[in-house]
Amino acid sequence: MPKSNVTFEKLGITVSVPAGTRLIEISEKVGASITYGCREGECGTCIMKINSGMEHMSQRSVLEDKVLQENMAGRNDRLACQAQVLGGDISVKA
Amino acid sequence: MIRTPDAVEIAPGTHWIGALDPGLREFDIILKTANGTTYNSYCVRGSKGVAVIDTVKASHAGEFFTRLEQVARYDEISTIVLNHLEPDHSGALPELMRRAPQAKLYISAKAQLMLKALVKSADLQFNIVKTGDSVDLGGRTLRFFSTPFLHWPDTQCTLIEEQSILFSGDVFGCHFCDARLFNDQVGDFRFSFEYYYQHIMRPFREHVIDALELLEPLPLTLIAPAHGPILREAPLSYMQRYRQLASPLLHSEVGAGNKSLLVFYISSYGNTTRMAQAVAEGAETIPGVRVSLYDLQAGGNLPFVDLIEEADGLAFGSPTINGDAVKPVWDLLSSLVSIKVSDKLGAAFGSYGWSGEAINMIEDRLRGLKLRVPIKGVRAKLIPTEEELERCRDLGKQLAQHLTGNIESRVISMSELLAQEHTHA
Repeated sequence: MPKSNVTFEKLGITVSVPAGTRLIEISEKVGASITYGCREGECGTCIMKINSGMEHMSQRSVLEDKVLQENMAGRNDRLACQAQVLGGDISVKA
Repeated sequence: MIRTPDAVEIAPGTHWIGALDPGLREFDIILKTANGTTYNSYCVRGSKGVAVIDTVKASHAGEFFTRLEQVARYDEISTIVLNHLEPDHSGALPELMRRAPQAKLYISAKAQLMLKALVKSADLQFNIVKTGDSVDLGGRTLRFFSTPFLHWPDTQCTLIEEQSILFSGDVFGCHFCDARLFNDQVGDFRFSFEYYYQHIMRPFREHVIDALELLEPLPLTLIAPAHGPILREAPLSYMQRYRQLASPLLHSEVGAGNKSLLVFYISSYGNTTRMAQAVAEGAETIPGVRVSLYDLQAGGNLPFVDLIEEADGLAFGSPTINGDAVKPVWDLLSSLVSIKVSDKLGAAFGSYGWSGEAINMIEDRLRGLKLRVPIKGVRAKLIPTEEELERCRDLGKQLAQHLTGNIESRVISMSELLAQEHTHA
């Protein structure tokens, strides 16, 4: 199974995870500060900035896109509860 | 006996048309309101149109419409501005829009979602405004200022340029109902002003400072907030008070560029005390971190909240009693709602007799408050061994390294992370 290396820049931790893992599952385990919210892609609480490796992440769903737009998120933002890693190196601002 | 006023002219062509709620004793569950409150709404008349600035709570809509009708016809209303969408200011909006369907509604960008959730209408029309945008009423220009997070994401202020009157929304407001309306005529409301800041605005201190940067240069003659007295006597002094309240009380003794780590603990037999001291010892080995140690048993929550607001990192030590952290810890952790703590660094540790759940519970609470909790806490059964104290020192050291940005990058697999958590639980 392909692996992703997800680096949490503020924490200085890189986690090697199987493809398909959602960002929120990793962020919770490493103790990043974005853990709360509905976990269903509705509230926008878990918006996370992807500093690099967006191409290694799942496409935004219609729901995620809608919530990100409503929250005026930038191009590099994702909902941690929706975005899955697909392999490769990813770096997030958390 | 104070007469309930009709619409009150606060400047030529500009009227207060709000509602009084003198009997309210608690606002939004969390605020005591010994003097009730007001929901302030205003009507501005220009030569080309009439604007209504904010509305009132739905339960008080009758009062609002009565006063509005004293100063304007519905077909004259060209503009509705909502500085803040919370229901106590938007409650009468749907009915106002029904009575004045031609009026254009102006809100901030972040108010859109709230508006749609409050006004369930498929053909809802509105205009988004930001700092610098304006609406011309004919001799009266409404200019908008984006002041988000005071205290909701949507908040903004609106200025009548020609009269230098600021409709500030909740900023500079307070819950104090007095039908005499103006700050130079009502009873002494200073405690309400301070209380309102402490409970409503303080968690958004950084945004208060941003807003002050925007508003302080304005040559205001009057501040018309959405709650409480209208500030016509020395209006700028209230802005200055906000500047003071948003600034640290004392000059911080933590040097520029240095970080502050606070270690709080409470202990039944001295075991958690020893662990706290070890955490502090470890942290002190890292240059650039000022470490402070506090016994929760002897301190008060309010001074600690002030300290926490200024700190960069927090560690909490608690024994586990009957499967829980002890009450003084929860009391302090539940007091942090009035300040911004997100993104601070957090950690927990403690001694226990049977089971030791307190550490995980505190860590969960810290995460819930959006602190970063990257280092697993240390638990010790009863008297900590030298090895456990060394782990406490290491915890302190790692916390200090995180604070100074001198962390060693590490790579870990998801399964190791999960195993680490399992071992710890």
